[in-house]
Amino acid sequence: MSVDYVLRRSLLLVAVIFVAVTLNFFIPRLSGRNPIEARLYEAAAQGGVNVGRINEIIDEYEAKFGLDRPLWRQYLFYWADIMRGDLGVSIQELGTPVSTVILRRLPWTIGLLLTATMLAFTVGSLFGALLAWRKSPRAFTAFVPLLMTLSAIPFYLLGIVLIFGLAMTWQFFPAGGAYKFGLDLAWSWESIWSIFKHAVLPSTAIVLGGIGFWGLNMRGMMITTMGEDYMKFADYKGLREKRIFLNYGLRNAALPQFTALAIVLAHVVSGAVLVEVVFTYPGVGHQLYRAIVTNDYFLIQGIILLVVVSVAVGLLIMDMLYPLLDPRIRYQRS
Amino acid sequence: MALKVVRRALSAQSWASAWHFVRTNKMLVTGLGIVFVLAVSGHVASIFVDAERADVGAGAPARPPSWLPAAKNHPGFALGTDQQGRDVFADLLLGTPATIRIGLIAGLLGVLAGTLLGFTGGYFGGLWDTFVTLATDVFMTIPALMILIVIVSMVQVLSTEALGLIIASLAWPAPARMIRSQVLTMRERAYVQIARLNGVRDFKIIVMEMVPNLLPFLAAGLVGATAAAVLASIGLSALGLGPQNEPSLGLTIYWSLFYGALIRGMWWWWGPPMLIIVLLFIGLFLAAAGLDQIANPRLRKSA
Repeated sequence: MSVDYVLRRSLLLVAVIFVAVTLNFFIPRLSGRNPIEARLYEAAAQGGVNVGRINEIIDEYEAKFGLDRPLWRQYLFYWADIMRGDLGVSIQELGTPVSTVILRRLPWTIGLLLTATMLAFTVGSLFGALLAWRKSPRAFTAFVPLLMTLSAIPFYLLGIVLIFGLAMTWQFFPAGGAYKFGLDLAWSWESIWSIFKHAVLPSTAIVLGGIGFWGLNMRGMMITTMGEDYMKFADYKGLREKRIFLNYGLRNAALPQFTALAIVLAHVVSGAVLVEVVFTYPGVGHQLYRAIVTNDYFLIQGIILLVVVSVAVGLLIMDMLYPLLDPRIRYQRS
Repeated sequence: MALKVVRRALSAQSWASAWHFVRTNKMLVTGLGIVFVLAVSGHVASIFVDAERADVGAGAPARPPSWLPAAKNHPGFALGTDQQGRDVFADLLLGTPATIRIGLIAGLLGVLAGTLLGFTGGYFGGLWDTFVTLATDVFMTIPALMILIVIVSMVQVLSTEALGLIIASLAWPAPARMIRSQVLTMRERAYVQIARLNGVRDFKIIVMEMVPNLLPFLAAGLVGATAAAVLASIGLSALGLGPQNEPSLGLTIYWSLFYGALIRGMWWWWGPPMLIIVLLFIGLFLAAAGLDQIANPRLRKSA
């Protein structure tokens, strides 16, 4: 892997973060909405604040948060805050730092998303490869329309169907949450079992949708690979079927799948946000939904920034790992 | 003259070739057919169904579907009513075209902007191309839905068209990347080279030689961008961020989740919009796959 490539790739990461932070800063300020004003009027409507002096309070808060300074200075301060990991305070959660709120939710999302995406990727790729394999039963082709349908449905809609079928009609799994209500989480079998049971339906929604996409993709790749000369050669050499399938077919056909993973990662993460909402799963996505409902602007911005940056970093890592998977790739400038 | 054209259009030969097109592009025709029927059915039905039935309080709340007349001169609620008394059937008839309209607005504008960027970048190269490539890479990495959530949660979106415009602002990267790569290969093709050697001006080369060859890619890009825009609009509306005063598929999902339709067993509230969404996505998916086959004939073998 050349230094040049690493440099260029890192530059993209910097550009992504720059754009995300800049958009995050300017969009709310261009919209002309004032979160402090909105929150105070809301409080006034509930009878908490003296309405007559509300403008004085707004001025006071704006000075406190630095909102009375010129825009370019606010922008620089925003950067300085982000560098220090300070994303502001949540308006609704009574001044808890945004970073604390997010960190509390993060493990749930990472656990759910990582497991589900990896499962979908592995199962989908294997299934797709088998669909294209010449020795597979003919009846297998009947699965292609099924895969198409699955890949066409948004994750969260699959989630709603799963809830209806497996949590309401037949009550196999809980319909929402991450563990049994009122359970004190500890390193016990009871906790682990409860977490597992609650994770089954949301991850199934992501896995089912993913299998459709990965399966179709892999099928296409595998069909191309099957036409290659080295496949025929392996066959004539009399290699065993399993070895041809795994080492010659799958290995080569799977490589573009990793590139595709990089391309759809952003899409998967967005989809998972809505899955969490449907399942009231206590992850970052559900927190985002609650922040939207309660107009908690700082929290919304913090979560968006986190998601954008983690997707960008994930892509960078994947791009760096790719030459290890495919020795043909050297990333040198031609 | 005009008569001649009509007669030729009606001749057996053109019918045969049209039929041949349908037979060889089953996926495309089926897909476009599904989307077209969904888009048009609402408009056709609005002649027969009173739009006011999709308003709050049009009927008794939370009634299961029934074909019995609800009152005198009232045909009844074929798909029941929601928690606020909207007729679910009428709601869907108005909401489906609205959702497709958002997708088309955003898809068209996105492809237009993406084509302009990708084309100029790929054709002229240089610093501008570097900029276009970087911008495309950056916005392909950023999950569009996230930025849309920031925009839409700050700006009050009041109409279907406004939501379409906002989604369009982030719908350009994928078409831009596709068109740019096509233009890069096309620029080196013999027919473009010959035109250039003959001293044909850039503008004429672009319009006469390149755009016609890009058409299948533009169509594929349009369908892809429309599907992405529909997905984004339904996602945003399902989060309660879309326009709340006009029916749309996502808004129906939002209200049904909001009022716990799942837990209360009100399947007629969330089921039908979901079926329509699934159908819509399958239609768009088939159309995209069909157009891909036309653009890259090599795919035909594998399908």
